[in-house]
Amino acid sequence: MGAEQVAECGRNGKPLRVRGGGTKFEWGTPVDDPDVVVSTAELDRIVEHNEGDLTAILEAGVPLARAQKEFAGSDQMLALDPPLGDDDAATIGGVIATGDSGPLRHRYGAPRDLVLGMTVALSDGTVAKSGSKVIKNVAGYDLAKLFAGSFGTLGLILQVVVRLHPMPSETVTVLGRANDPEVVARGASELAHASLEKECVDIRWDGGEGAAMAQLGGVTAHAQAEAAARVLADAGMETEIVEDDDKLWAEQRAGQRSSDRAVVRVSGLQAELARTIRAVESLGGSLVGRASLGISWVTVDPARILDLRRELAPFPCVVLDAPRDVRESLDVWDAEPSPLAQRVKQRFDPAGVFAPGTFPV
Amino acid sequence: MAHKLIDELRKACGDDNVVTHPHQLRTYESDGLLRYRVTPRAVVLPGSTEEVQAVLRACHRAEVPWVARGSGTGLSGGALPVEEGIVISVNRMNRVLEVDLPNQRMVVEPGVTNLDVSKAAGPTHFYPPDPSSQIVCSIGGNVAENSGGAHCFKYGFTTNYVTGLELVLPDGDLIQLGGKELDRPGYDLLGAFVGSEGTLGIATRITVRIVPVPEAIRTLVAFFEHTSNAGHAVSDIVSAGIVPGAIEMMDSLAIEAAEGATGAGYPTDAGAALVVELDGSEAECEHRFEEVKEVCDRNGATGIRVAQDEAERQLIWKARKAAFAAMGRVSTHYYVQDGVIPRTRLPEVLEKIDRLSKEYGMPVANVFHAGDGNLHPLVCYDGHTEGEAERAEELSGKILTACVEAGGSITGEHGVGFDKKGYMPRMFEEPDFDAFQRLRCAFDPAGMANPGKVMPTPRLCGEVPGPYRQHPLEAAGIAERF
Repeated sequence: MGAEQVAECGRNGKPLRVRGGGTKFEWGTPVDDPDVVVSTAELDRIVEHNEGDLTAILEAGVPLARAQKEFAGSDQMLALDPPLGDDDAATIGGVIATGDSGPLRHRYGAPRDLVLGMTVALSDGTVAKSGSKVIKNVAGYDLAKLFAGSFGTLGLILQVVVRLHPMPSETVTVLGRANDPEVVARGASELAHASLEKECVDIRWDGGEGAAMAQLGGVTAHAQAEAAARVLADAGMETEIVEDDDKLWAEQRAGQRSSDRAVVRVSGLQAELARTIRAVESLGGSLVGRASLGISWVTVDPARILDLRRELAPFPCVVLDAPRDVRESLDVWDAEPSPLAQRVKQRFDPAGVFAPGTFPV
Repeated sequence: MAHKLIDELRKACGDDNVVTHPHQLRTYESDGLLRYRVTPRAVVLPGSTEEVQAVLRACHRAEVPWVARGSGTGLSGGALPVEEGIVISVNRMNRVLEVDLPNQRMVVEPGVTNLDVSKAAGPTHFYPPDPSSQIVCSIGGNVAENSGGAHCFKYGFTTNYVTGLELVLPDGDLIQLGGKELDRPGYDLLGAFVGSEGTLGIATRITVRIVPVPEAIRTLVAFFEHTSNAGHAVSDIVSAGIVPGAIEMMDSLAIEAAEGATGAGYPTDAGAALVVELDGSEAECEHRFEEVKEVCDRNGATGIRVAQDEAERQLIWKARKAAFAAMGRVSTHYYVQDGVIPRTRLPEVLEKIDRLSKEYGMPVANVFHAGDGNLHPLVCYDGHTEGEAERAEELSGKILTACVEAGGSITGEHGVGFDKKGYMPRMFEEPDFDAFQRLRCAFDPAGMANPGKVMPTPRLCGEVPGPYRQHPLEAAGIAERF
């Protein structure tokens, strides 16, 4: 299943798209409907959950939400919390292929950092694995990193080995509000540099108001949250400690998607957060982001995308969600393909059938 | 041809920076793995990105293979020269170019030592990957090997900290991968490059992420009668959701050697020592530290020493970090192995190692990064007796097989290099090698970068259209065409 379909497309030179939960299927450069859609729906087994070793093997089509439920039964988690789309349909394969992430990225990294091994099917019929099922391994090239974020343009991800983490015994969130971009940025940055057990450090900005927030974890989460509140107060923010913080973080995740406006992912820098917020405010947009990592998701009127890019240059601004006509009118990737990337594509997908025209290659 | 290349290297980097005298070349015959020796044709020490480009262009034109070298501390023969090839040492490229604390980034040249990266980030920040050789090993070598260290269970490996690379490809082309920013559009070629063991190109500028130093660090060493007690303690600590900064185990033979060398106060009758270090916020450390002590007690610790100050902490670590070198006190020769197992399989794998040790009549000391299941068995043998080195190697290989059979890996941090390429088929099959080769061919179609390493059988990128031409590596008998 899957691999045979891919090999057949390869033999016949038929373009294909891989589809997981379909929650991010529109991302990338818009193209005509492909001849073949390879669905991972039947690759839905949780192959192993090695509790004692904090690892798991998942087939690509396993919905992330289902895997999390299984891990939560052992007080463990796969520390990936991107928005999961309608009906929480996002699959582990889709999340890895798009390199999507959520607030937990602050502490645990992106999909690339949590994938230990991967099995892929290539267009010439090769089924290959790389990595291993242990958390430390340097044997062979780390092809899982190459496939993570490759948007299904190199091959079909069949199965992944992932690293799990213990769930923090307790979490509390501290939130600081301000209506000055400088203050929000300063508060977030102070939090980022503070020596606390932070699960997440985020910012948000919408309609002239913003917030910096951190989720603290561990057995002393509460004491740490109070310390974090002092950091934010010193930065000039009005602070609040939120015990029941699920809703707050769900809103941060939700801010990374939009069904009617444009969502642009900005690869920025921590020290430029204030400038980023000011640009967003001037364009009437809103923003959520990972303060320490400098990555922001900006929601704007689709007509303002190019203005946003001008304001934030030279930071790459990738358009994720946007109406199709808008996506067709500009380069969603904001990137020039490199000859090296092209050689990689040719080597892994010699038939050139994996999602042609959708990726900057 | 050879003279012409040497002349070009001299022109590019200056006469003083090209070594051709046989005596001087001997310095570069091996890396940290002294078992293999190859004398290169020449060693060149470029001082800038432009000079690296000029060197690689010249090698490319002359079709001469080359090996990049940092400080030469690698333990898998990854920097072993290629016969008649060039060694490119990056030691002169040792400048810290930028310390950008507000963005938590540093930009360094590849020859900067690992410890100097951390020092330049201090005192407020540090660079977490900390291989035991950190005083001398280069950050360029760390990138090539995806180095870990004692603190990687909590903090991760080199690959989790490199955000940007300036890279010279084997044909001399200069490219930029990533930068200070994360998630640039396009393939994560940087992720594929880190850990590629010098087979894809030479990193000439490296941008790394640095993190705030923890508010508190608490360190203890607990002693147990047997490694199985210590192993259970590790499992209990991890399953309690405690993520120690470091958690390291030594068995009785390693303790004996390390204590003899350092006088750190480890009881030499202990069967196992477990070093646990917690770091993070003061409150969390204090609380969790008590839990760790309870776990150790519950698992039958015969003694627990808590570092009361930084000096005592350093002493505890001194014994652990000296364990490899200290084995010289116990045995004239020893073989350092590097295998990984799923942590829960520790007791059975240790038993197997013990059985093998008795079968071969060779003591095996064990030092582990216990949190991530990374074992460093040290196989002791008498190198003056004929055939013993080979038997030690055989025993060492059987230990690796035990690791793979338990679901683990043949290397956690030392790399495959030259030494372990023969073991690669225990983990990977032909289609997997085929996929690896695709990556390699995209970066280095001519196969000039560190040939003969990593892959079990050297192979070429046979895609050049047109009539067959013999490849220089084929002519030299180094590789075959598939």
